[in-house]
Amino acid sequence: MTLQVEGLSVAFRTRAGIVRALDGVGFAVAAGETLALVGESGSGKSVTAYALLGLLGAAGQITAGSALLEGTDLVAATPRAMARIRGRRAAMIFQNPRAALNPIRQVGRQIADVLRRHAGLGRRAARDGAVEMLRGVGIPDPARRAGAYPFQLSGGMCQRVMIAVAVAAKPALLIADEPTTGLDVTTQALVMDLIAGLASSNGMATLLITHDLALAAERAQRIAVMHAGHVVEVAETRALIDRPRHPYTQRLLAATPRAVGSLDALHSISGNLPDLRRDDLPPCRYAGRCARAVASCASVLPWADLGGGHRVLCWNPL
Amino acid sequence: MTIPLLDVAELSRRFPAGRRSWLSRAPGPQVHAVSDVTITLGRGEALGLVGESGCGKSTLARLLSRLLDPSEGSIRFDGRELSFVPARHFAADPARRRIQLVFQDAGESINPRFTAWDAIADPLRTLLGLRGEDLAASVAEAAALCGLPEALLGRFPHQLSGGQRARVGIARAVGPRPDLMILDEPTAALDVSVQVTILKLLAELRARLGMSYVFVSHDLNVVRLLCDRVAVMYLGRIVETGPAEAVFRDPRHPYTRALIAAAPALDGIRRPVPLLPAEPRSPVDLSPSLCAFHGRCPDGVERCLQERPVLRRMEEGWEAACHFAGSKHGALPQTLPG
Repeated sequence: MTLQVEGLSVAFRTRAGIVRALDGVGFAVAAGETLALVGESGSGKSVTAYALLGLLGAAGQITAGSALLEGTDLVAATPRAMARIRGRRAAMIFQNPRAALNPIRQVGRQIADVLRRHAGLGRRAARDGAVEMLRGVGIPDPARRAGAYPFQLSGGMCQRVMIAVAVAAKPALLIADEPTTGLDVTTQALVMDLIAGLASSNGMATLLITHDLALAAERAQRIAVMHAGHVVEVAETRALIDRPRHPYTQRLLAATPRAVGSLDALHSISGNLPDLRRDDLPPCRYAGRCARAVASCASVLPWADLGGGHRVLCWNPL
Repeated sequence: MTIPLLDVAELSRRFPAGRRSWLSRAPGPQVHAVSDVTITLGRGEALGLVGESGCGKSTLARLLSRLLDPSEGSIRFDGRELSFVPARHFAADPARRRIQLVFQDAGESINPRFTAWDAIADPLRTLLGLRGEDLAASVAEAAALCGLPEALLGRFPHQLSGGQRARVGIARAVGPRPDLMILDEPTAALDVSVQVTILKLLAELRARLGMSYVFVSHDLNVVRLLCDRVAVMYLGRIVETGPAEAVFRDPRHPYTRALIAAAPALDGIRRPVPLLPAEPRSPVDLSPSLCAFHGRCPDGVERCLQERPVLRRMEEGWEAACHFAGSKHGALPQTLPG
């Protein structure tokens, strides 16, 4: 396993109290594999990514758990060690490429920076390498575009530049946080093809964070569903889509528009996310919204192993 | 024959791009944002407008809602020509009340210093001249129609959830009881479970109040759920228009096919259609004599560079602008023209 996350818990100190954003999150991603982390906003997908790369900021704290990247514990790593890991062994693609790229630095230089810092290339080799990277991510006329600033490129092109920055040092793990939100479906397909191609040629493990179950179904080998800071179900993609076992996964699928069927066939999910500031959060954070809740939902949740790597965090799975 | 609610003919809008030389009298470079768009919309009908970013769908929505003046063409609304009313005078036009807009993110389109109540009351006050108790009653009615509990009306946008904000945006537009609502990606920023409730609300409001919708979206599945008809735009022009279900089942234009194929599906099966390479042509000074889709089109031939395909009738109420549309599933006709 390239990445093995176990029992990861994160809390944020806020003026309104302590927010338990993640509670015992666990999953694993193998080399060359894509695992999708799906869930609604507020479910903790992005917090998981930020926690893994040590980007939580002052208010956030990892309170428990471990995250082994090729044997190195990212949770225990010093900030100095993390700075060497980020970009070299683990890299991230952010949602808004225009905001994530340096607006006043030519895109070619931003890629060359990574090559010089993490691949140890010299100035000239890094510059040539940057042009090659731009060519590799399918940017036409890369030698000229290397001198462009982010504002001179379209959203799809900026996203490709950011992918080039992220994969320049051939990281073992790529975290893609909503990499195609805001892009057209046609551009989305190209960007996702690009990520998949790099993953298979470099043997890179990919953690795809998305709210779009259809995108996850098409692009990931396995899917982990998050709800209110818990991973509630993990399974092979087809098994999860065709036969979801957690009531929340089932409701999420029932709310996703499909290519056939009418509006009447879609159902929203009743209730809201629980307030994560509460001290008395129930063991199952979905129980308050769940139609299948039973008496045992009030006691500590077991992971039910349903075989074939299909695991679900529920007392009363479907 | 009854007059359609909205009858748009040969509507175009160009924007100047860059500077023109002060020596030359020739017009400078121009972006053809919307070119030659002809659509009609019946009462109670919903039309979906889809296409990539930059295809002109939002510009068209702004032209139809008369926030923007057209360069050419006519917009007849309920039999009355609106294209001559300058956009800056349209706010005082009696038709303003009858055409309302819902924007993508109500959190950004609502004045942050207005409570939900103020936001809903504002158009009722300015367009209908309501005051006092009448105003309060109308606000309460619009809020109730959109499923907004009264307790939330005193809140500011930042105190509301995404779904509640979307409801405020819709209630504000529904308040003056428009005949036409123009919805610009109203659910793009919402989670799926919230999106479902908003889509159902919109479908219910249309059925209940008999409004017509122009629904701008990049999500084809959502358009299919809400709209009777769909118009697909590419670089300012409509390239295919027809009944939503039929177009999605059997798209005739290669661009529509690519768009549908590129949308991910829950069944996880990639459609066996070639993906569109690269990016669209530049919309600056587009040549009127070639097919703008040529270069990305899997079917493009020499003829597409010499003759721009016009919208041709496929079936009743179904048109596509491609030399090869109608020939089954993108296969080129037996005899290649030219």
